[in-house]
Amino acid sequence: MKERFQRFIHQFGLPRLIILSFFLALLVSAYFLKLPLNSLVSDTLVRTGMNGVLVLAMVPGIHSGIGLNFGLPLGIVCGLLGGLVSIEMNLIGINGFIIAILVSLPIAAVIGYLYGLMLNRVKGSEMLVATYVGFSAVSLMNIAWLLLPFHSPEIKWPIGDGLRTTITLTGKYDKLLNNFLDFKIFGVMVPTGLLLFFLAMCLLMFLFLRTRTGVMMSAAGINPKFAAATGIQVDRARIIGTMLSTILGAVGIIVYSQSYGFFQLYQAPMMMGFAAVAAILIGGASSHKATLMHVIIGTFLFQGLLTVSLPVANKIVTEGNLSEIARIIVQNGIILYSLTKVSNGGD
Amino acid sequence: MTDQNKPLLEDVKTSVIRKPTLNLKQIAFDNIVTIIFVVICFFGLILAKQPAAFVMNELVLRIARNSFLVLSLIIPVLAGMGLNFGIVIGAMAGQIALIAVTHWQITGMKGFLLAALISVPFALLFGWLTGKILNKTKGQEMITSMILGFFAMGLYQFLFLFLIGTLIPMDNPVLVLSGGVGIKNTIDLKDGILYALDGIYKTRFFPALAGFSVITAVFSLFKVFRVRKDEIERVRLPKYLMYTVLSLTGIVFSVVVLNSKSLVAMIKFPVATIFSILMLCAFNLFIVRTKLGQDFRTVGQDMHVAKVSGINVDRVRIISIMISTVLAAWGQLIFLQNIGTLNTYGSHEQVGMFAVASILIGGASVNKATIGQAILGTTLFHLMFIISPFAGKNLFGNAQIGEYFRVFVAYGVIGLSLGLHAWKTQIQAKRKQLGEE
Repeated sequence: MKERFQRFIHQFGLPRLIILSFFLALLVSAYFLKLPLNSLVSDTLVRTGMNGVLVLAMVPGIHSGIGLNFGLPLGIVCGLLGGLVSIEMNLIGINGFIIAILVSLPIAAVIGYLYGLMLNRVKGSEMLVATYVGFSAVSLMNIAWLLLPFHSPEIKWPIGDGLRTTITLTGKYDKLLNNFLDFKIFGVMVPTGLLLFFLAMCLLMFLFLRTRTGVMMSAAGINPKFAAATGIQVDRARIIGTMLSTILGAVGIIVYSQSYGFFQLYQAPMMMGFAAVAAILIGGASSHKATLMHVIIGTFLFQGLLTVSLPVANKIVTEGNLSEIARIIVQNGIILYSLTKVSNGGD
Repeated sequence: MTDQNKPLLEDVKTSVIRKPTLNLKQIAFDNIVTIIFVVICFFGLILAKQPAAFVMNELVLRIARNSFLVLSLIIPVLAGMGLNFGIVIGAMAGQIALIAVTHWQITGMKGFLLAALISVPFALLFGWLTGKILNKTKGQEMITSMILGFFAMGLYQFLFLFLIGTLIPMDNPVLVLSGGVGIKNTIDLKDGILYALDGIYKTRFFPALAGFSVITAVFSLFKVFRVRKDEIERVRLPKYLMYTVLSLTGIVFSVVVLNSKSLVAMIKFPVATIFSILMLCAFNLFIVRTKLGQDFRTVGQDMHVAKVSGINVDRVRIISIMISTVLAAWGQLIFLQNIGTLNTYGSHEQVGMFAVASILIGGASVNKATIGQAILGTTLFHLMFIISPFAGKNLFGNAQIGEYFRVFVAYGVIGLSLGLHAWKTQIQAKRKQLGEE
């Protein structure tokens, strides 16, 4: 019995178990604190769909062997750029959303290609270099946000230079996906469109990983030397993975923003990569293995934890921001844990 | 005997002779970050159009404030653990001690020394834990120490926002938030340890620089003449020649400035702070010569060889991180006694990034860092910090651009030099492989 239990823990992963029980404990305490469970569940669903694509962006990176893509902000700023163009063109509704994605795709592809070229030169320390490339991309874009020649009054500050820190999407495509075919069940609002979009992206990824290119990419990630011996161009596979990851980052931030209701410029994208990395790790992925199930479970657990912990923490301690602290600890704790696992399994 | 020794000496000679055949391209490639930075600073200075006295004054101030933190990075590099982003954790230890001292209202030098003392056990404990974790992630120390810094920030916030006033009783309306739980966002150190170290004695900078330069000039000239005759020690000749040239420039420069009667000549510097920095330099030089220092270097060169030769690798690595953490705690105290306000939840945040960027700008890399690089890097980095808002304003009419630019440069420099290092290692590994096959 004990052995079986231990094996179960080993398979399921101790941190995942802790987080899952923490999540359940939060739900129970939310029930006893008489917090509205149905709205908590709807919020969790919304946030799962909202962050899902960003987390999905980790999958091609892990499959192609570049590991956890801490450089996700690179894709995010491309998405923001596309979004701004769509607002500048004054597009409303589904048109605006599609144009935002279409504009950001080529930018993200080019940036992702260059980023992939760079990552091929720093094999072995991708994570560290990627983190700082992401950081510097965000701070470079800070300068760009001040200088870019946008004219729409919704984007620019009314007085002074530069673009607003948050750009509202009200009247454009605010909650476009969320409100598509949404329905209420047991008082729980289900954002059908958002979840469908997320699942559709997962399905596309699932299909891609089974194409010739996808299989090649995964092979290059699992064992580069063996892959090279069988005639797979490892570097090319890695570039494809990086490009896909960057593109998904761009699409992800547009989905995120339409649900959030704002585009956030300047410092906002800085730490988003870490949240996405933490989510997929909570789902059970490691830096060399990730499935779509990990993405879905991880996003749901992590976002659920964040959603539920906020009102519960506020009920218990009125002051300060306990849930933010919990986020920092959980997010970085899980990344740390996976890092210690990497080298233990590595050699 | 002599016959056997002769060829060896020949070897040494030829290698010495071959070494000075300067490969300019190689030197440029190895120091690309520093070169880029000198160029940036040069154009920034032209664009900023600030009076020399202002820039120099700020620069001296900032070097005194930050060098200690930057120097605390050197020992882990020696031990092969890369750049310790975890000095953030040391800075937290310093701040914990500082809050305690401020709470007890022990002020001035006494308060500063007590804070330095209290921070040691905390820093040792944190350093030990950091070392334990880094030993589990060999090869990924830098990213681990960075994430560990973030993680520790969460715990730190938890400590000061929730445990103070609930688990840890603290009745102090000046420090604690009005609700009785949690420490305030900013703590004024004006009635505490502000200028505790800086204020001890200040004197004019350039006469001191001239004096210091004269001493180093004499010392390095003496070394040059002694080393020149020794066939083996000649390897060090370029180094001492460089010191001589540098110190002579120092003398000339300070004499020129002192005679110019400009405001620059009147710049003062905090003697005690600079002295403590020099002490740390001496400590770093000293420790390399001890048994422990040799162990650091052996472990840094090759962990397997170190293990085979009977060194407890894990223990040595933990010790190096512990020393670094303690030094970082003290460095943060020096930093804060100069700044004068403690931003409880933010002062430590950028410490690791800025210190790492500084030392990399000086030309250090993941496996090599010297005191000179640390000081040069701090100087260049903070020179850019001072001038970039002005340069941004004059160039684009917006000071904000300059401020974003310097943040970009800090991140970019870290990314660039770590990337270049990884690239170099990759190329070397490939060459080695090709050579073997």
